[in-house]
Amino acid sequence: MTTLATLLGPLVQLVQLVQIALLGAPADELPKRLADTGLYADFAAGTLAADVMTFSPQYPLWTDGAAKCRYLRLPPGTTIDATRPDAWDFPVGTKLWKDFSFGRRVETRFIERRADGWTFASYVWSEDGSDAVLAPERGVRGAARTVNGTRDDVPSRYDCVACHQAGASPVLGASALQLSSDRDPLALHAEPARPGDVDLAELVRRGLVRSLPQALVDAPPRIAARTPRERAALGYLHANCGHCHNRSEKSGPLRQLGLDLAHPPTHAPAAAPAPAPALATTLDVKSQCKAACGEGAVRVAAGDPDRSVLARRLATRDPLLQMPPLGTRVVDEQARELITAWIREELAPAAPAAPPASIPPSIPPHKE
Amino acid sequence: MLSRAVQVTYVVLFGAASLIAFSGDKDAATHAARVERGRYIVEAFGCADCHTPKTFGPDGPQEDPKRHLSGHPHDVQLPPAPTLPDGPWNFSGNDMMTAWSGPWGTSFTANLTPDVETGLGSWKEEDFVATIRNGRHMGRGRPLLPPMPWPKTANLNDEDLKSIFAYLRTIPAVKNAVPEPRPPAGSR
Repeated sequence: MTTLATLLGPLVQLVQLVQIALLGAPADELPKRLADTGLYADFAAGTLAADVMTFSPQYPLWTDGAAKCRYLRLPPGTTIDATRPDAWDFPVGTKLWKDFSFGRRVETRFIERRADGWTFASYVWSEDGSDAVLAPERGVRGAARTVNGTRDDVPSRYDCVACHQAGASPVLGASALQLSSDRDPLALHAEPARPGDVDLAELVRRGLVRSLPQALVDAPPRIAARTPRERAALGYLHANCGHCHNRSEKSGPLRQLGLDLAHPPTHAPAAAPAPAPALATTLDVKSQCKAACGEGAVRVAAGDPDRSVLARRLATRDPLLQMPPLGTRVVDEQARELITAWIREELAPAAPAAPPASIPPSIPPHKE
Repeated sequence: MLSRAVQVTYVVLFGAASLIAFSGDKDAATHAARVERGRYIVEAFGCADCHTPKTFGPDGPQEDPKRHLSGHPHDVQLPPAPTLPDGPWNFSGNDMMTAWSGPWGTSFTANLTPDVETGLGSWKEEDFVATIRNGRHMGRGRPLLPPMPWPKTANLNDEDLKSIFAYLRTIPAVKNAVPEPRPPAGSR
């Protein structure tokens, strides 16, 4: 055995060296400056690298009103495997960046798929915008002023993982639904597509997405809903809640809640009359939030937003109750209005009936 | 007389079996060492001070070994926490040291046993590591509350945190649904 180990040791080291040479450094070695991550051809001039694409998801994440720009780079000759349209498999070497601006650019978040997994980082911009340097592993509290006198928190790397590795794919803003060319005109906070932005159709046309189900090539995914407002509400919940509250094994103990707010791009009630997961797991379903929400609280009470835990937790920043629990200090008032109106109007008992909701019995109860 | 091919086959199979057995022994030894290190850290850090309910006798409060690390007992109902006068006294705790009250509200220590419904039984190693690293319930929920010293325990390296989790999987499961934290008086 000693001989075997002696022989294998150098071999393993050799393989690791070849991997690093071909695929980049291990995850714990991050560039110290944004300028060295590959986003820019000329950092000082702000010129993007030639193979960097920009995109805008139709349902953005609320981050206290931050303006955002998003970038994607695939290694030359590689493609995204879209066999699972809600869980795209990006090739090793994929890089994504997202700028956050509150009047000025404050931070740029960066994720990269390396040979040993995804790595996450954030770069904090200097006030004069001349440089952006790697944030500490534990993040930076109060890095910049946002709105209403609050401050922006640069997330710790564990905060990044909390949201990005709790669902089907670590990439949240680039999926079949998010990049669909059939964009939702009522989606909250959606930036209009900019010249040069790629969407699903463009990625397919360039041959950068493969194995996308033909049905989604023929008809770009669209949230099927009874009204335009319901479509926007389901899209908002998908983008702001579904990355943690979903059925993926990766959501960890949260999966026990049986709360699924992620919207599958292939969900089509016309073909299969099941309600959207966000309805099936909330409407008239008893909440497991008891002490803080009150005994008998309901996730979504038909027609009654005041009794709906989902609406109440979305509309508070009480640290014990707020949803999402991180990444925001300011209530999204437009979302509060949207979700409240949706529950009051579309989900009123007299509204078109949705199929009965239930939690699968195989999932044991757990606090939420 | 066995043919040459059969002899070689036996040798290969024996070698493979030995390798597998060796690997298994090595894995078991590594796991045992990890559990022991986890036990050592949990003992040295005094986790049971707050996470284990107490019994009371002539020698004062003693940790209840039957409820080791099972958190604040669900059947111990506490009145509202006392309101402290203005001054330097800032927080208070119950006689078991399983409930604490301060500016953050009232917090109750968690059930760390492997009970599936009320403890960490359904958790994966990475959930536990994430919880201690980022100070969030279940690794991605509300903030962990004082007096849990997670900003300090977050300094433990991955191997230490995994060792703690490995040890916690070995202690007896105790069914105990710890109450949810209460907000500060008058905050809602």
